[in-house]
Amino acid sequence: MTEPLLKVRGLRIGATIHPPGEKSRHIDIVHGVDFDLAPGRVLGLIGESGAGKSTIGLAAMAYGRGGVRITGGTVTLNGRDILSTPFRDVRRLRGGEVTYVSQSAAASFNPAKQIMEQVTEAAIFQGKFTRKEAEDRAIALFRKLGLPGPDTIGSRYPHQVSGGQLQRCMTALALCPQPDLVVFDEPTTALDVTTQIDVLAAIKEAIRDTGVAALYITHDLAVVAQVADDIMVLQQGRMVEMGTTDQIINAPKEDYTRALVSVRSITHDEKTPTQTPVLSVTDITARYSGTDFDVLKDITVDLHPGQTLAVVGESGSGKSTLARVITGLLPPSAGQITFAGRPLSPDLAARSKTDLRELQMIYQIADTAMNPRQTVGTIIGRPLEFYFGLRGAEKQRRIQELLDAIELGKGFQDRYPAELSGGQKQRVCIARALAAEPRLIICDEVTSALDPLVADGILKLLLSLQKSEDMAYLFITHDLATVRAIADSIAVMYQGRVLRYGPKSQALSPPFDDYTDLLLSSVPEMRLGWLEDVLDSRKMESGGN
Amino acid sequence: MRIPLAALIGLIFTALFFGAALFAPLIAPYGMAEIVGDVWEPPSDRFPLGTDSIGRDLLSRLVYGGQTTIFIATAATALSFVVGSVLGFFAAVSGGWIDQTLSRFIDLIMSIPTLIFALVVLSVTPTKIPILIVLMGLLDSTRVYRLARAVAVDITVMDYVEAARLRGEGTLWIIFRETLPNALSPLIAEMGLRFIFAVLFVSTLSFLGLGVQPPQADWGGIVKENKEGINYGIQAALYPAYAIALLCISINLVADWILGRTTSLKGGRG
Repeated sequence: MTEPLLKVRGLRIGATIHPPGEKSRHIDIVHGVDFDLAPGRVLGLIGESGAGKSTIGLAAMAYGRGGVRITGGTVTLNGRDILSTPFRDVRRLRGGEVTYVSQSAAASFNPAKQIMEQVTEAAIFQGKFTRKEAEDRAIALFRKLGLPGPDTIGSRYPHQVSGGQLQRCMTALALCPQPDLVVFDEPTTALDVTTQIDVLAAIKEAIRDTGVAALYITHDLAVVAQVADDIMVLQQGRMVEMGTTDQIINAPKEDYTRALVSVRSITHDEKTPTQTPVLSVTDITARYSGTDFDVLKDITVDLHPGQTLAVVGESGSGKSTLARVITGLLPPSAGQITFAGRPLSPDLAARSKTDLRELQMIYQIADTAMNPRQTVGTIIGRPLEFYFGLRGAEKQRRIQELLDAIELGKGFQDRYPAELSGGQKQRVCIARALAAEPRLIICDEVTSALDPLVADGILKLLLSLQKSEDMAYLFITHDLATVRAIADSIAVMYQGRVLRYGPKSQALSPPFDDYTDLLLSSVPEMRLGWLEDVLDSRKMESGGN
Repeated sequence: MRIPLAALIGLIFTALFFGAALFAPLIAPYGMAEIVGDVWEPPSDRFPLGTDSIGRDLLSRLVYGGQTTIFIATAATALSFVVGSVLGFFAAVSGGWIDQTLSRFIDLIMSIPTLIFALVVLSVTPTKIPILIVLMGLLDSTRVYRLARAVAVDITVMDYVEAARLRGEGTLWIIFRETLPNALSPLIAEMGLRFIFAVLFVSTLSFLGLGVQPPQADWGGIVKENKEGINYGIQAALYPAYAIALLCISINLVADWILGRTTSLKGGRG
């Protein structure tokens, strides 16, 4: 066997945390991880947030982010221990032998410089190529990555290209100095599914053609299965399992890996629509003040009691705006909304307390949806006090009931949101909505910010609450797997219009319109070769037409 | 609870200053306006800091002066914070034309130099302490308004404020229960600073003869009365300056510490 390009032995990484009001203390983030990476291979690092995958990725560049220190072990790159290398030599290493692709290209590019200058900077700085050579390489990479106008795109500024294109520019940036190793840190996580598939394909092809080795970090097993040769599963800084992609996906050994592979396996049988919908949105058109562009155009959907309507679309399709219109935050310019048989006033200020109570909302980011300076008891208790006038012991009893309903036990009442985990926070937000005893809850991307296993738990909770409390959900999401799991009917939105609307079975079966087809086929599936299959079938279609 | 050393020093000196101000009659060896010695006597056993330009005990003047200065500054700061932050939060929470009208009006007032504005007002009103306090408080509240509004604008776009609006909460709840607790940290840091500015401002006014009127003592007035002495190498005018500097540093040490504690998201229980 050839000598590995990257050899990591007993890697320990720690950080000093400074909890407010307490003594600073040392915590371990990574507890001794070993792995090898052969030249030209791609290793996927997978795990939930806090698993230490990004930290390990950066350690391969001898870097610790924000106070993180590498406290033990060795990292050997090209036969050299890079952790004991003096800083001057580490500078030659970064951007030369090993490069990095970050999650948010938009935040990583300097907005004041042209793309070409940034893409070629490292290659020229490291003295690997002259400016002319580097620019030729960059253009070749732009072409390989399928960027439009590869000869001229370099002269644009970062804000002049789309998010998916910028992410590909960043891949070109990482490959330009001809490194031996590229660290991809969640390169497609911030992108829409329809964009993700193109970027993924471009990255995969570029890796294959340049023969570079890569660490591919992501929380999405279905994505990494398309790109990686081997996968390492991490949990809380420890390795759970490592194997070939085929083995991890098809024959996982550990329970944790099995759970990750089988995530999103919730099945939900569609309910038939009832006679009278709880919410009817009729011909809604809306625009933000000061613009001359309709964000929503002639939206008509119905939602039946105790059922779930999933509104699907990519970012910018107007799905969150629809929620704002229904909640009354953005009065529509035309159309009307009927809620529980009553016409709903377009303006929030004119709505009755009953209307406000029966229509609740849960947000994507639970952190910002709760006042950080109120305890869980206050957060859940306020709607009880406000809508039902509950006080004292009765209020406490009801709060505990709600905490039980969201499967949080005793002792949570006095906690502040900062003392909860991501999933617990979202549960508290659900309890707050539940406290109002609503007929309809608008769920705006409620699981998008959560790890897959936690998201699964939230979805299960929502489904069981729907059964017991008979509430309707308007479920806004970009994630089709979630839709399959919970929806009774589906509305697909694109550029402010509803392209497709109907019961789940009908909406998700052919014949499809072009956009729905694209959307459906872009959702990564947890099997090997999915990416190739999709791309092949698309090529055939476009060739055939 | 452990108090860091810097905060402890600040706390001790601040407490000393405020204690001296509260118990001035007990601490001062002589009366405030009592002439007890010769002009500008050097420090001695009888007069620890010497005497002033007409033979009053300087230490007593300084203690009584501190009482006046600290009282005026405290009252003015409190007034400026109540007025400035409530108006600032109100503007941020309301938005739209209310915000515009209020903000432009505040800009208008801020465009006039504070000292000139105060001098003009004080030249036509009787120079009494309540008037001084109200004037200083209102003038300073423009700065507090700016800060409070800027902080609150960031808070009012948070989802939890939107959630409160959707629940049907009134403006008062949103201002006092959702916005205020989250805006407290920068406001408290600002409060230390504004208090010091208030001390300087009232001292300036007194030095110019439009603030506290003799024979009542205040630090600015003591500098004014003794400024001629500097020509003869007499330190009398410098003591109030030392007092102002020391108070300034101590208050800020305390404000920094409070800031650190209230930033804690566990409600400062830690």
